[in-house]
Amino acid sequence: MLGREGMDLEVKEFLEKVTAASGVSGFEGTVASLIREAWAPLADEIRTDTMGSLIARRAARADGGLAPRPAGAGPAAADGPAGTQVAGEGWREAGGRGPLRVMMAAHMDEIGLMVSKIEEGGFLRFTTVGGFDRRVLPAQEVLVHGREDLPGVIGVKPPHLLPREEAEKPYKMEDMYIDVGLEETRVRDLVRVGDPITVGYGCRSLQGELVAGKGMDDRAGVATLHACLQELARLQHPHDVFLVATVQEEVGLKGAVTSAYGIAPDVGVAVDVEFAEQPGLPEDLTVELDKGPVIAVGPNIHPYVFSVLEKVAKEEGIPHQVRVVPGRSGTDAWAIQVTREGIPTGLIGIPLRYMHTSVEVASVADIKRAGRLLARFVMALDAEALACWRWEA
Amino acid sequence: MKEETRELIRNLTEAFGPSGQEEQVRELIASLMRPHVDGVRTDALGNLICTRGARRVGTAGGPAATAGRPGAAGTATAEAGAGGGKKVMLAAHMDEIGIIVTHIDDKGFLRFGTIGGVMPHRCLGQRVVFANGTVGVFGHEKLDDPKDLKFERMFVDIGASSRAEAEEKVRIGDAAAFTRPLERAGNRLVAKAMDDRIGCAVLVEVARRLGTSPHEVYFVFTVQEEVGLRGARTAAFGLAPDVAIAVDITLTGDTPKAETMEVSLGKGAAIKVKDASLICHPGLRRSLEETARAHGIAYQLEILERGGTDAGAMQLTREGVPAGVISVPCRYAHTPSEMVDEGDVEACIELLVKALEGPLEW
Amino acid sequence: MTAHAQDPGRETHPGWEASANRETSAPPARGPYDEEAELLGQLSEAAGISGWEGEVRGIIRGQLEKMGVCYRTDHLGNIIAYRGPDDEHAGLRVMLAAHMDEVGLVVSGIDKSGLLRFRKVGGIDDRVLVSKSVLVGKNRVPGVIGAKPIHLQQPKEQENPFRAEELFVDIGARNKEEAEKVAKVGDPIVFATRFTRLDERRARGKAFDDRAGCLVLLGALQEKYRVPVYGVFTVQEEVGLRGAQVAAYAIAPGLGLALEGTVCSDTPGSEEHLQATRMGAGPAISVMDAATIHNRRVIERLVEVAGKAGIPYQLRRTTSGGNDAGRIHLARAGAAAGGLSVPCRYIHSPASVLDLEDVVNTRRLLVEFLHSLEEGWTP
Repeated sequence: MLGREGMDLEVKEFLEKVTAASGVSGFEGTVASLIREAWAPLADEIRTDTMGSLIARRAARADGGLAPRPAGAGPAAADGPAGTQVAGEGWREAGGRGPLRVMMAAHMDEIGLMVSKIEEGGFLRFTTVGGFDRRVLPAQEVLVHGREDLPGVIGVKPPHLLPREEAEKPYKMEDMYIDVGLEETRVRDLVRVGDPITVGYGCRSLQGELVAGKGMDDRAGVATLHACLQELARLQHPHDVFLVATVQEEVGLKGAVTSAYGIAPDVGVAVDVEFAEQPGLPEDLTVELDKGPVIAVGPNIHPYVFSVLEKVAKEEGIPHQVRVVPGRSGTDAWAIQVTREGIPTGLIGIPLRYMHTSVEVASVADIKRAGRLLARFVMALDAEALACWRWEA
Repeated sequence: MKEETRELIRNLTEAFGPSGQEEQVRELIASLMRPHVDGVRTDALGNLICTRGARRVGTAGGPAATAGRPGAAGTATAEAGAGGGKKVMLAAHMDEIGIIVTHIDDKGFLRFGTIGGVMPHRCLGQRVVFANGTVGVFGHEKLDDPKDLKFERMFVDIGASSRAEAEEKVRIGDAAAFTRPLERAGNRLVAKAMDDRIGCAVLVEVARRLGTSPHEVYFVFTVQEEVGLRGARTAAFGLAPDVAIAVDITLTGDTPKAETMEVSLGKGAAIKVKDASLICHPGLRRSLEETARAHGIAYQLEILERGGTDAGAMQLTREGVPAGVISVPCRYAHTPSEMVDEGDVEACIELLVKALEGPLEW
Repeated sequence: MTAHAQDPGRETHPGWEASANRETSAPPARGPYDEEAELLGQLSEAAGISGWEGEVRGIIRGQLEKMGVCYRTDHLGNIIAYRGPDDEHAGLRVMLAAHMDEVGLVVSGIDKSGLLRFRKVGGIDDRVLVSKSVLVGKNRVPGVIGAKPIHLQQPKEQENPFRAEELFVDIGARNKEEAEKVAKVGDPIVFATRFTRLDERRARGKAFDDRAGCLVLLGALQEKYRVPVYGVFTVQEEVGLRGAQVAAYAIAPGLGLALEGTVCSDTPGSEEHLQATRMGAGPAISVMDAATIHNRRVIERLVEVAGKAGIPYQLRRTTSGGNDAGRIHLARAGAAAGGLSVPCRYIHSPASVLDLEDVVNTRRLLVEFLHSLEEGWTP
């Protein structure tokens, strides 16, 4: 068993590794294999589903209090309508006793670019995969994943040659191209339309606990699941836990839609990034960096899940912040909640500055705190309480 | 292209079927498909599902079986698919864009809402037809500036001179589609509703030409694609396929000062990499590319910046389905004069036939 | 008739704690529509923004229990009631949906000064927010959304509407600490609109979209049907039809009918062909909207039933908007969709207006339609 220090180091190392790896939405294979390598020793079962999401299962430990369900046994297939009940009794059939199936999801894909055309001279035109602000693209370092990985740069016309009024406007997508510095014939040999492109830098340490790099959204969440898994490995946890590194979140929460359907969990929690304060953003839209993970509240969040998360954070003395998400959370939680007949869902946020740039800044301390919070959440979840939980009148 | 195929395309493009009112085109396709498949049925939303070489019965399990109307579902023989075959869902949407009547005024003019991506300026001078054959033309209120041309200032004139006369032919909620005959222009074909009757034509031809295949193939002619990939979504849930391939049109970048796009008319079948609705399964995409290369079928890779296809809906079905798209390059999409190249159409048919005859593995 | 309806002078009173849990000591129902007005008043004044539908759920549960109707509450908070044969698979399964949630606001932050920052929940036009009376949180703390006095504005300022981000709720707290005693981040905020009868038939209130639908659905569940009928009071319609999606998955209906308080613009400056519905002209039958193309056989059946029973109706004359039917008909392998709506003027604002006769006729048409469904009929 690792000591406290060892654990800490490892979360940061894990984060450095996975943020450096490429994993543009739809092309997550490289980062997935790194995560698989790290999680496999601690999981009872690990698999990749049809869409490519990585699912690590850690079964309930028998001496955690309850007998584990046989592997793979989900809730009864929901074929017909669920039974009706006597007036006023509320829902008491769903969970019942026994270990719950708890799904925790963080997406491993990152926003990126894709080759859309090879121009004369070997310059590459590109399209975006996920929501890039085109203003952050000029002069970025990129890696084009062709037959080989080719380093390149996003070129634009030099300011000297631009009319003044043009220089006052942001570059348009059609004015930008990628230059990999090779002859056209060589480019055509190595690159094809549809090849993914990653933008930006790997992880670098800033002062204190802060780190910067591309893909913190949502590798910070994946690192949180990693920290949680390490913590769970030391615990006799009473529930089955499914840690899911989802794919294609940035293009429409797709991995969460299908993996949640497949797992059919009793409870779901998504871990994603949350806007941290920075100049120019309204205070009530942001949280503080390095002051603990965010527990979200709003229509996307089941009140019972929220209450357990908050209670655990308070009892364990884990610094945390509460933020309201008034509607669409834009995270995997949004998809998980409406899977099948509906799943009680929670959302944990890792504060992050400069979201969707290639220099996203997060705090390793927040990640570790969130990991511990999730593990303790699993310990505190009560199947009976969830089954008897009644929506307030 | 054989005259027979051209006639097929003519009949399909000239058929009536705006989203939600696909009855006529469905009837036509059902009659074309029956000789080549083992079973034909229509599901709750109106998708036409034709099965060939199905080896399992009661395929989807659960409520899927109850959702479709009782029909010839699952009556297929175990002719194919003894070893390692897959359950393949092919989808082409049979609906087309159009308009729907929302108001009839005292003088008998019709006001309307749109079905799918119809643009005001593309309607000027056009004619529409209703399911019962009533023909109408577009008109608009007096405009000070052509930019003021908006649907709420436009109307359809069916030649009625009073509300009562109009109501004899048309009711609120009736849909109309553009009307235009198919024309040949060199090796190219021009018609309304190429999007996506050309996909329907490809599927019908594939059903005609397909030899032995290890796969259980579902030819699905979907409804309501133009209003949000709706039919494909429910059909895919019901079928729960192992692989899904949509056949639809894509845009091109080969006309004067067009948007940057790698696809050209006449350069072969387009194998989709990505559009706004999905990133195609890379393995399936590569498998289609290999099939094309192995059989010398011309193909091009496609990235479509805007617009989606049924594959986007099929991919997210249940636990996820590997999904891909074979696209027919098409100029002037969503106008009554959509143009495709005969060679491209043949390449799409050929590619799909060869893919289905192969192992479809990656 | 509700007490405060007879006392229009009190309408603008910021607090209405008494009204939500008011005793049933109101005078017994007398005139036509009094019964409907009584229950609609309760439903309308209850707070229930998307995700915080508790008060509405409480009223509906109370009604269902009084009626002796079976129901359950699912994981998102939908109430699913059942009316039909013992065998839930005997015949076409029908899902009726009316959403409990309304558009509103939620506290997103508290300033040092004690003013509350808020975010919108669901689609509200920023321009209707300013100068309104609101209630905050479970304890209905009264507050107001203030505005800069016109005297202090530059002439140009009035050309730009107030944006929600610039506005705040003033609950009278002198500082953050004082505000935190009665309000917290995540507290829902609703408009403090009192339900008011304008005359025998017309009424004004908030959230008729879709408490009018809830009232129609409660009415329809009074009767028993030959086919399995599920009455679902859904949550989170206004933030993306979320409740209906999971309820439809659970029920797997063959036909889904959404019951709505729908847009009505039979008002000055609105051209005839742009009026989606007309108030007082009976239930609006949907033919198509942004989320659904409604099933033609269902539309025909509704029209036929209305004709036979002599119930006035109108076809909804717009293709914009969308409701729960959009998710229901795409659940699992698909279902037929229908839509029946009560015309409501000024929906998604703090005060809307409807005609109680439309409510009654919508319920009548729905009930007649459900009774007309015999075993074996499919859309």
